[in-house]
Amino acid sequence: MGDPVALISQWLNSLLMGWGLSAGWVVVIKSIIGVVVLCTVVLILDIFLVWVERKVVARFQDRLGPNRLGPFGIIQPIADVIKLLIKEDIRPHGADKFVYNLPPIIALATVLALWAVVPLASTIVGSELDVGVLYVVAIGGIGTLGIIMAGWASNNKYALLGAFRTVALIVSYEVPLIITLLVPVILARSMGLSTIAEKQDPVWYVVIAPLAALIMFISAQAELGRAPFDLSEAESEIVAGFHIEYTGMKFGLFYAGELLHALTLSGIISVLFFGGWRGPGAEAYPLLGVIYFFIKAFIIYWAIMWLKYSLPRIRIDHMLDFNWKFLTPLALVLVMVVALLDKLMVGFPYWQYVAIMLTANIVLVLLTLNILRSRAKGEIKRVGEPRPVATPPPPSSISSTSP
Amino acid sequence: MTPAQIIFLITAIVTLGSALMVVTTRNMVHAALWLILSLLGVSVTFVLLEAGFLAVVQVVIYIGAIAILMIFAIMLTRGISEKEGPQINRNWPWALLISLAIFAGLAWMLSSWSGLSTQIIPLDSRVDTISQLGQALVSPNHYLIPFEVASVMLLAALIGAVIIAWDGK
Amino acid sequence: MIPLSWYLIFAAALFAIGIFGVLARKNAIAILMGIELMLNSVNINLVAFWRYITPERITGQVFAIMVFAVAAAEVAVGLALIISIYRRRKTIVAEDIDMLKF
Repeated sequence: MGDPVALISQWLNSLLMGWGLSAGWVVVIKSIIGVVVLCTVVLILDIFLVWVERKVVARFQDRLGPNRLGPFGIIQPIADVIKLLIKEDIRPHGADKFVYNLPPIIALATVLALWAVVPLASTIVGSELDVGVLYVVAIGGIGTLGIIMAGWASNNKYALLGAFRTVALIVSYEVPLIITLLVPVILARSMGLSTIAEKQDPVWYVVIAPLAALIMFISAQAELGRAPFDLSEAESEIVAGFHIEYTGMKFGLFYAGELLHALTLSGIISVLFFGGWRGPGAEAYPLLGVIYFFIKAFIIYWAIMWLKYSLPRIRIDHMLDFNWKFLTPLALVLVMVVALLDKLMVGFPYWQYVAIMLTANIVLVLLTLNILRSRAKGEIKRVGEPRPVATPPPPSSISSTSP
Repeated sequence: MTPAQIIFLITAIVTLGSALMVVTTRNMVHAALWLILSLLGVSVTFVLLEAGFLAVVQVVIYIGAIAILMIFAIMLTRGISEKEGPQINRNWPWALLISLAIFAGLAWMLSSWSGLSTQIIPLDSRVDTISQLGQALVSPNHYLIPFEVASVMLLAALIGAVIIAWDGK
Repeated sequence: MIPLSWYLIFAAALFAIGIFGVLARKNAIAILMGIELMLNSVNINLVAFWRYITPERITGQVFAIMVFAVAAAEVAVGLALIISIYRRRKTIVAEDIDMLKF
């Protein structure tokens, strides 16, 4: 039972060595095979996600969703793919050909590249980088590049405006995301995602630092461009944002990349805060670890969809205010408190450590809510003050002047 | 030819090729994209040199920030009726001569250095480079003061850039 | 396997291309791109020397990080200057910005 990946790896090793290749070449060939397998699995999951998304949105809106093609409509995504493939491939007049065709590829490729560092089990990981967290940040930066290229290459003012707004949103919300990414790094003493998943041994980090998980969840929702932060797809405002001029499979790649990005960020949040592949019996049977990981990732993905389909859109200046005036200072204070407490509690037993960190988080939340409440009261008082308004003369004077 | 050598040769050819395209292409946005490709090539070189942290920081800072800033600046400073004329100025023969002379001079100087064919020693696997780097940057015995000075410089650059580009209206 | 000389020649070639970019291009932003290429070649040099000559001391990587910080600051201020010049002179061709007035 155990570890299928290790078994296959050993078998490939003996096979390739038997053919007379040197050790370096064996490593290269095994890496290439691993990349192909991982990408195939993730892309098949992506197609499945289209079905999940449509069924879940249907249930939230009290209807059934696709149920004609196949049992429970499970063949619907394949019909979608075929529809996108047979659409006409238009290129707008004046669009730079190379720069126009590149962004859909970049959008999907950067999301696939993120799966390289996510630990699917205790021994199944694409590449054991010890700077995995920073790698996640770097790939996010390349993603914004794709959006700018898409907006500029479409030769369309609205696409460019939409691209600028989307990039402003993504770059702004990257700041609290990166700052709260530091919290599991401090707690686990390492930037590698596999090490962070390993260190969540008795308790998950969501118990030690729930505020960090919450801030990361909100920032991830904004990063993905999903409601309530979906200014880039605001159909009533800016048509479709930066991918107006993309049709057919190019649009399909953008769409698939967006869905897969949601699942990938859910997977990363589950590794950072919810223990990733941890669960009863996951160390002995890595396949069980993979199952636990995907269960947790899908639960967080469901929470992201829940948020998306229940809330209306926020105005862009409110969005940016929320980020720069609330989330970023809160995230900075949280990181400082966690770092300080971590250094002060160097020799403490683990349960005390967990309890004190949890209390600090709750105190921070209560403090923030109190500050917000007092500012809201001040705001209400200011808005509700009586203002000079024209009033009719009182009825008594009219009756006194009547003849 | 070991795989590492082949990967290095491919990376070097891609990086140098895209650097050549950066300095010769007429379209500025294409030049920015070729620059991004050569910066990625440099990042891969860092990975080959086993400086993984620097490779990722290169992607974050250069590609994620500097290249995007350059693309924004190019888009903001395009003339409305700009014909993309030749982007090479009159002095290009002299520039070519100078750059070839510098390359030849560097190559000649390096060839007369004995340490040139140093082979690689495997890194001590007990030492964690990242924590070593972290300690070096914040330890008073090592490089704390340059680190603080660099942060003050970044703050000055931030304030300066905002003030210089301030519209005033 | 890969001798140090390969990395140093690679960095020297990148530096030479960067110098050509700085000296021979009209657009001010293209000149900045040449400067970025030169700074990257310096970084490759530093890290190669760290790896081959003194892998036990982390100084090479610290120096490379300082170069990153300086490059980022310089690009920010340089682009701010270019945008400001564009607002006044409506051109960023380096040859045309040769008078302090007019």
